[in-house]
Amino acid sequence: MALPLIQARNLSRVYRLGGGDVHALRGIDIDIDEGEYVAVMGASGSGKSTFMNLVGALDTPTSGELTIAGERLADRSPDQLAAFRNRVVGFVFQQFNLLPRTTALDNVALPLLYRGTPAARRQARARECLEMVGLGDRMDHHPSQLSGGQQQRVAIARALANEPRLLLADEPTGALDSRTSEDVMAIFDSLNASGITIMLVTHEEDVGAHARRRVIFRDGRILEDRS
Amino acid sequence: MTLLAAIQVALIALRINALRSLLAILGVIFGVAAVITTVSLAEGAQEAVNDQIASLGTNTLNIRAGSENRGGRRGGAGSGTPFSSEDVDAIRRDVPVVVAASGTVQGSVTAVSDGTNWPSQILGAHPDYLDVRDWQIAEGRVFTVMENQRSDRVAVLGQTVAEELFPYGSAVGQSVRLNGQPFEVIGLLAAQGQSSFGQDQDDIVLAPISTVRQRVLGYSRPGVRDPVQSVWVKIAAGEDMDYAAEELERYLRDRRGIGPGETDDFRVANFAAFITAFRATEVVMGLLLAAAGTITLVVGGIGIMNVMLVSVTERTREIGLRLAIGARRRDIRNQFLIESILLCSAGGVLGLGLGVLMAMGVERLGPMLGVETLAIAVKPSVILIAIGASTVIGVLFGFYPAHRASRLNPIDALRHE
Repeated sequence: MALPLIQARNLSRVYRLGGGDVHALRGIDIDIDEGEYVAVMGASGSGKSTFMNLVGALDTPTSGELTIAGERLADRSPDQLAAFRNRVVGFVFQQFNLLPRTTALDNVALPLLYRGTPAARRQARARECLEMVGLGDRMDHHPSQLSGGQQQRVAIARALANEPRLLLADEPTGALDSRTSEDVMAIFDSLNASGITIMLVTHEEDVGAHARRRVIFRDGRILEDRS
Repeated sequence: MTLLAAIQVALIALRINALRSLLAILGVIFGVAAVITTVSLAEGAQEAVNDQIASLGTNTLNIRAGSENRGGRRGGAGSGTPFSSEDVDAIRRDVPVVVAASGTVQGSVTAVSDGTNWPSQILGAHPDYLDVRDWQIAEGRVFTVMENQRSDRVAVLGQTVAEELFPYGSAVGQSVRLNGQPFEVIGLLAAQGQSSFGQDQDDIVLAPISTVRQRVLGYSRPGVRDPVQSVWVKIAAGEDMDYAAEELERYLRDRRGIGPGETDDFRVANFAAFITAFRATEVVMGLLLAAAGTITLVVGGIGIMNVMLVSVTERTREIGLRLAIGARRRDIRNQFLIESILLCSAGGVLGLGLGVLMAMGVERLGPMLGVETLAIAVKPSVILIAIGASTVIGVLFGFYPAHRASRLNPIDALRHE
């Protein structure tokens, strides 16, 4: 049997703050396979964001085991984590986080720059990704010349640029109106249909409804895991 | 990430914040411009002074008879037994380090040509004098040793005298009366301009010393045949001037019969000592300029650091994003460091241009302020230092902000509002 793409065992994360320890995650066990479409849900403070940060290798666990794409993520240096993120993960954020006054094409090509991909290949791949999200005709536009939905699609194209094994989206529709939200979610649906593993973090029911598996967090534990 | 890609990233980031980039480098631009302007003007001034020092002659010594000392009553400079043309010939012949020597007598003269007169100075000298002082002939020739011996009435005119007496056509070949004596003009001295003391060095008539002594000035001193007022000697190139001066003193003491323990009745003036003193002033001047320049550049650098720190804070989210998509710490650090270096170097280049323009402006302004000799000299070394220093400033003052940016935690950075 193939190893799951994400495997967490007794995963904990404790933040040490001035007033004492905050237990954001209290021993999570979960397996997520390649090709799954997972929505991580829960109220704010439930630990869902902490979980996403750990899975995205933006943070390291306090205790427990986390293996992603066959790699154990404990005890890695910041630079090793950066290299891992560049290789394995694609991020989509609520606030898009595009570079201002920079064309869509250059924004999408950014992850490849840090990978050392030659300029011609960067351009070609960025073009390809923009076409995948339906923005083939907006490549030279700056973020300010694009609507919110279009900006988020550029951000998705950027997340796809390095051919990630895992696409992580943190409240991807949080800054969008409901109609545009549907357009963006349709893109996630089709990407998953083409085989990309997607993990969404959201507190919106109708966004979560797009996923085929819903994991609900409360107080740092998994309350419900439903396929 | 390759260096080329890093530079690309930095250039994009600078373009994104074009206005702030420009504001950031204003300090460096004006700092470098100020340094370039002052240094260029100082260099120009120095070159002008150096030219004048060269006209004094760096390997020239001047000897004058000192004060007469008769039973403790001193008679003032020149009152002692003067040197004679014979002494000068002996010096030229006997002192090995001396390659040329000339005695001089000088006095006022009224020069008259067809109805025009011009009061000037006449200098009687040996033909060697031109070699000693490094004076050039512009037209015609200088008098010969034979003409000097025969007390021929031939004269070489300075440019000013020639222009005053013969405003139309060449002076050479014309005749001129000097204190009533008819002379033939055989040559014209090359223009020398003003001395550092504002004297017109071209307002002079040069003639054989014997002629001037006997026919023009009537210069005589009791007990001395063919007296001279002053002796100029040229020392062989490469000789140590202090040594040469001592050599000459030793020879003259011997010749004048001054015993050990007795004071000299003459003085050997060494211009090299004057030049050394001047060079010391130059060094102090240079240090002052360097200090002022350093302070200006440091102020500019602090401006850069300030702007870079603000930039890091403002772009925290961008840094978070870059870290999230795979930038390593050193990628972030290099990006900001390269931004800082590019900013400062650009400031250096713009400052250089502005500085040269300002220096040229000041040069133009000079005559209006009544300073004729204001000149600029932009040396290649100054250009290299300006650009090099601004780059170093970029590294020094960009490092801390860049380091801070690279230590950001990606999660906190992404959440930053």
